[in-house]
Amino acid sequence: MTVDHLALLPLYWAAGTAVLALLVDLLAGRRAVTVAVTASGAALTGAAALWVGAGPDRASLCFDGCSYLATPYAGLMATLFALLTVGALGLAAPMLRDGPPPGEFCFLLACSMTGGVALGYAGDLVSLIVAVETLTLPLYVLVGLRGRRTADRAAAEGAVTFFVVSVAATAVALLGAALTYAATGSLRLSASSAAVSTILFPDATAPLAAVGATLLLAGLAFKVAAVPLHAWAPATYDAAPLPVAAYLSTASKLGGVVALVALWRTLPAERTGWTLAVLAAVTMTVGNLGALRQTRMVRLLAWSSVAQVGYLLAPLAALATAAGRADAVAAQARAAAIAYTIFFLVIEFGAFAAVTALRGPGRDGGDIAGYTGVARTRRALGAALALALVGLAGLPPGLAGLFGKATVIRALLDGGLAWLALLLALNVVIGLAYYLRLVTTLYLPPPAPADAPAATAPVVAWSVSAAIVVATATAVAVGFAPQLVFDLAALT
Amino acid sequence: MLGPVLLVALLAVPAVGAALVALLPARHDRAGGAVATGFAAVALLVSVLLWWGRDPGSAHADTAALTAGQPPAAAWHRVDVAWAPDLHLRFTLSLDGLSYPLVLLTTVLTLLCCLHAWRRPPGDRSAVLAALLLVIEVGVLGVFLAGDLIVFFLFFEVVLLPMYAVIAGWGGPDRRRAARLFALYSLFGSVLLLVGVLVVVNAAGSADLATLTGGGALPRSVQLAAFTLFAVAFAVKAPLWPLHSWLPAAHTQAPTVGSVLLAGVMLKTGTYGLIRVGLGVTPEGLRAAAPYLGVLAVAAIIVGSLVCLAQTELKSLIAYSSVGHMGFVILGIATATPTGLNAAVLGNIAHGVVTGLLFFLAGAIKERTRTGELTSLGGLREPAPRLAGLLGFAAVASLGLPGLAGFWGEALAVVAAAQLGGPLWLTLAVLAAVGGALAAAYFLRMLRKVSHGDPGPAVSDMDGRAARVEWTTWAPLAALTLTLGLAPALVTEPARDVVAELTAEEAR
Repeated sequence: MTVDHLALLPLYWAAGTAVLALLVDLLAGRRAVTVAVTASGAALTGAAALWVGAGPDRASLCFDGCSYLATPYAGLMATLFALLTVGALGLAAPMLRDGPPPGEFCFLLACSMTGGVALGYAGDLVSLIVAVETLTLPLYVLVGLRGRRTADRAAAEGAVTFFVVSVAATAVALLGAALTYAATGSLRLSASSAAVSTILFPDATAPLAAVGATLLLAGLAFKVAAVPLHAWAPATYDAAPLPVAAYLSTASKLGGVVALVALWRTLPAERTGWTLAVLAAVTMTVGNLGALRQTRMVRLLAWSSVAQVGYLLAPLAALATAAGRADAVAAQARAAAIAYTIFFLVIEFGAFAAVTALRGPGRDGGDIAGYTGVARTRRALGAALALALVGLAGLPPGLAGLFGKATVIRALLDGGLAWLALLLALNVVIGLAYYLRLVTTLYLPPPAPADAPAATAPVVAWSVSAAIVVATATAVAVGFAPQLVFDLAALT
Repeated sequence: MLGPVLLVALLAVPAVGAALVALLPARHDRAGGAVATGFAAVALLVSVLLWWGRDPGSAHADTAALTAGQPPAAAWHRVDVAWAPDLHLRFTLSLDGLSYPLVLLTTVLTLLCCLHAWRRPPGDRSAVLAALLLVIEVGVLGVFLAGDLIVFFLFFEVVLLPMYAVIAGWGGPDRRRAARLFALYSLFGSVLLLVGVLVVVNAAGSADLATLTGGGALPRSVQLAAFTLFAVAFAVKAPLWPLHSWLPAAHTQAPTVGSVLLAGVMLKTGTYGLIRVGLGVTPEGLRAAAPYLGVLAVAAIIVGSLVCLAQTELKSLIAYSSVGHMGFVILGIATATPTGLNAAVLGNIAHGVVTGLLFFLAGAIKERTRTGELTSLGGLREPAPRLAGLLGFAAVASLGLPGLAGFWGEALAVVAAAQLGGPLWLTLAVLAAVGGALAAAYFLRMLRKVSHGDPGPAVSDMDGRAARVEWTTWAPLAALTLTLGLAPALVTEPARDVVAELTAEEAR
């Protein structure tokens, strides 16, 4: 086996950060130091990923094919994971003062980041699944880590729901991987899943391979909370501490997308395409319809993020048609899915960050009715939340979301899936109904001062403010310069 | 060289104004209104300045370095900057004779609305209202100036949320429902527009309107598919029966300035889109759909008129009359002849001016009497003779009295349909003319109810005097109504080149 340690640098940094977090907590025992060290470690991981990604393509852990492929695309994904980790730490910092133990929290978050970093670099099916599990495993605990003293029943329930569904999904994915291996005798992923159409299957219609592919996709669909494995998301997000919910709805989703993108050209194309088309169509519709009825903030965001997953899966379904299997069109579809993911991550993180700031450390998202008029009393935070919601709806001034939808619809039309494009368009209209209701609530006249707990408006910690400012500024910037994102998304 | 700067300034001035006003602390409400009015005035000045230097040759010289293709000969000014090559998106603004009258209409009406919101605020937070009006102005101007299909779509969307906020924030008792209906309908239209735009862009490999005009690059099947999407999108916005049901609710519930901008300029983005994009980019699609479009337009005229006859509320009567008027505009576009397009251009501007005036007057009446019911407004001319007189003038202009603005658009649309000949178009022309006569019936009915009769309690207690600011907002519109009625060429003459270009492509 040949090992290129330079290529492994981001992974070393990420794993080192996790260990360091534990050690620093043990030795220094101060919240600020632990959080600062973890955040710096994550930032350095991102920097290392960028540096390795900017250089020539590298491969490591090679033994009859390489398990670790350092491409620019992998570098980008690792950087995104690192940034989201830093952001989640920023949101969590005030909560750690009086909530979950800082050392454990930082350690688990860094472990999860390590999984995410490894995921982008995965060169074979086993590394991929191990990375996804490393990403997910710490989250079971993080979801349950709400308070230090009081055993929070809701949080524990959320964590158990998440755990049970996740384990089932992992089993399904593993079975799919096993069947795939049985059918093909190989676990390797193609080096560049967009450009090279590596159909590993000797006979693409082999039933074994077909079942394997479907199971793999279904197992990974759980990670992005696609229908039918979506029901855990609202319950888990709502039970988790807000910073963890922010991480779950961004980094964990990104993990699922990276895994799906890695797989989608290596599985039998037509079956993958149709599975994804149905998955996307049902997911966006169910997500939007589910969100219409929500009265709790985080649940609404969770359902809406289910719908968003439907949008971002849609372009990958282009494989269903012959036109969509052409290399150029498929590459465009892949870029569209990644571009939409990037737009979504920025906006979604901004939304969760604003909610975290509005609610204060250690609290859950609360009822939507509790947000009545907040945009009038706390103008900047309210405007940030409103901008994020409008971005998720895909309307100006949330140009980032608008360009995301435009690029997805364009890929669908090129891929010959006009029906899915129209369905997506109609779903955007349904989506507006609940985003608009929420934004209107923010700007309604606030309730009479007598029953409004004006005095309890929490002070926003600087790290949370910084996270909001960065997320909002990024969303606005990529809204005006979408080409930046399109260029990144085209990396292979 | 000044042209491109002015074009960008026309969008930047109201945008900056809106941002400044929105950032003002809440206690400076009145100052915010004044600032917004100032910026709206500067925008009007910029739009007036654009009249000069419209020598078609100058557009070439201005942007020769920036643009790859030849700009259309008719463009007065042009800005063209790369934006997102992956989407074939270029930030292109282009002004020509078709868009110029609409640009002027927009800047004039926005200035009057900002003035109104500043001097006669409809409750608190009038500065925010004025800022939203400026954002709406940016969106509408952007639609009229867009030289790129995707930019056109973007600005089409910009208008949606601020108008929603205006209705939902400052509207009547049923405002939430009306605003939601407006937003959902509009978004339904604009997502279909997005799909249509991307169908065209994908097929042609370009989003530049100048390149796409004529439809030469597009196969017939693509044109049909795209035009179907465009037609639904613009039919929602215009609105065309049967997709109009958001309009009466929105117009009736919106505050005065909201109704004025909604009727005066926002509906025009639909009909303008039908001309610029529908006829321009997908002429074959429009030709194939023309009979259906014509039938729906005439249905809108007749249905609008009949519904108006049954209305008992002032604002909803004016709102439904818009459905009929826009029916005439769409009938003109459906003929796709020079006469028909001139009718559409004239009808657009005339409707903007006259209905804007009508909504200002209806707002003034409702503000004083606290009711819009026709039955309780009887005898208005006794306490408020001048107000009643002006209302009569606007109503008569709206029903299409020769010599006033409303006449030309409707008459020419009927003529254009008749000129096409054939049983279908002749029938449509006759029915449209009947619809025009019905308009006379319902406006005269309204005047009889409102102006005459004995004053009821609501009317006899009212203060009949109009404030100076109200005269300032009414007078320009009344003057324009008269001017356009006497000299319709003011609008058709600048648009002649573009109309010729669009219809020439059609004939080919």
